Amino acid sequence: MANWNAEPVSPETHASVVSAAAQTWRRPPLIRSRALRWILGAGALTYLTFALGSLEVSWLRLYQGLERGWRFIQGFLLPDFVSRWSDIMIGMQESLTMTLTSTVVGVLISVPVGIGAARNLASPPVYLLCRGVIALARSFQEIIVAILFVAMFGFGPFAGFLTLSFATVGFLAKLLAEDIEDVDESQTEAIRATGAGWWQLINYGVQPQVMPRLIGLSCYRLDINFRESAVIGIVGAGGIGATLNTAMDRYEYDSAAAILILIIAIVMAAEYSSGFVRKWVK
Amino acid sequence: MLRIEHLRKRYRTGDEALRDVSFTVPRGQITGLIGPSGAGKSTLIRCVNRLVEPTGGRIFLDDLNVTALSRSQLRKARRRIGMIFQEFALVERLTVMENVLSGRLGYVPFWRSFARRYPPGDVDKAFALLERVGVLDQADKRADALSGGQRQRVGVARALEQDPELLLIDEPTASLDPKTSRQIMRLIREICAERNLPAIINIHDVVLAQAFVDRVVGLRAGEVVFDGLPNALSPEVLTRIYGEEDWTTLHSRQDREADDARSLDGREIVDGELERRASLA
Repeated sequence: MANWNAEPVSPETHASVVSAAAQTWRRPPLIRSRALRWILGAGALTYLTFALGSLEVSWLRLYQGLERGWRFIQGFLLPDFVSRWSDIMIGMQESLTMTLTSTVVGVLISVPVGIGAARNLASPPVYLLCRGVIALARSFQEIIVAILFVAMFGFGPFAGFLTLSFATVGFLAKLLAEDIEDVDESQTEAIRATGAGWWQLINYGVQPQVMPRLIGLSCYRLDINFRESAVIGIVGAGGIGATLNTAMDRYEYDSAAAILILIIAIVMAAEYSSGFVRKWVK
Repeated sequence: MLRIEHLRKRYRTGDEALRDVSFTVPRGQITGLIGPSGAGKSTLIRCVNRLVEPTGGRIFLDDLNVTALSRSQLRKARRRIGMIFQEFALVERLTVMENVLSGRLGYVPFWRSFARRYPPGDVDKAFALLERVGVLDQADKRADALSGGQRQRVGVARALEQDPELLLIDEPTASLDPKTSRQIMRLIREICAERNLPAIINIHDVVLAQAFVDRVVGLRAGEVVFDGLPNALSPEVLTRIYGEEDWTTLHSRQDREADDARSLDGREIVDGELERRASLA
């Protein structure tokens, strides 16, 4: 080592970096000041302690709840598909119709909105408009939108259809726009260099690059819409959620269990088939 | 054929990519554009078809002032300029045939391109070009299923499908192995000779440039610092273009390889070719 240091070759570069002793190295911390690190850590811990302390837990209510939960589980063990079968069928039909129609309509609206919200394709005013639409569609949770539409269009699956279409646009248009912004620019550049027009650029340069993801996301959204249709039914937007809500209100946990099992089965079927579709369109 | 006058480009970041570049490319001449990374080679050829908007100067394609065109006129002008890219820039998920036919996008209406119903003449031409570049049997494969050399051949076919009057070629061999690079350069050379096409080739491989181009323009920091025959690239000139470096190793190898290349394409460097090279001197 000493020998190395004594080398006459460019001594100023070597001597400053290499020393004879073994060196230790630590990753530079995110917050440089040690005191500040400790203060922030202690503060977070104190807040968490007080926050947990402020939760009021009623042990009696919890005990009663456990009993109800047990009855629910018992219902699950003996699901009753028979006594409310026709109601379940109607609810399922409504939900599936709602899911499919809202996904199709949502995708059809999402495509132009998504293209408009892609910075690399749209002009600034169009971009701002489409981003605004997306922000609006994303800022409200499905249940809140459903309450609004139920108030506007009355109880039933039409309100659910509108809710899910609206939510689909918020979800799909945003992700599509981001995918379009990530396309390989060299491919679109090559298409522009041929003298292609804007529509041809979309059709030849962009569509082939984003199509697999668009199809995958649509399948995923179909899945989400079905699950959401069960939730928004509770606030009156029709479908299997309404049936489930009625069964719960009547303490018919066996029928409720039958409905939940059917929902799980359908979601799993959708999951399996969408995985298959995605593999196929790659 | 192509005349560039006082071309300037300043990017929004303030980087001056091109400062007062002027030169002309006559019909049938292959001009190699060499220079260090960031010298503005890529910007220069993209200014010609306005994929990059120049900030000053003029570009003439025969008598057409490309820099003054409206959007729709620009589309028409771009049809006349074929472009070949560094990473091939094929649309990966489209078939080879769709990629070649996309060279006709500037000529056909949207519905035809959307329905993939190209006029029979365009399809015939596409098949003929695929045969010419040697990938006819791959026509229905997806572009991402091809090897690098095959993809660049498709890239060449796409550019020719436009019936171009000028070829812009951006680092055609940068992602290819040495053998394939030479094959592609030879193909480009032959095709330009067949059609009397002028071309500008950005190329960073000086040895390859010397073997395959008629003329070399050296660019450094956005300015033309050399314009002459490839065999005039002496160590002094290379230093002027690229900066100080020991060029002797390159030079001895390059002489050998240039001889190789000459004997390899002895078949295509016949009378007209030699005359053109001589007339440049």
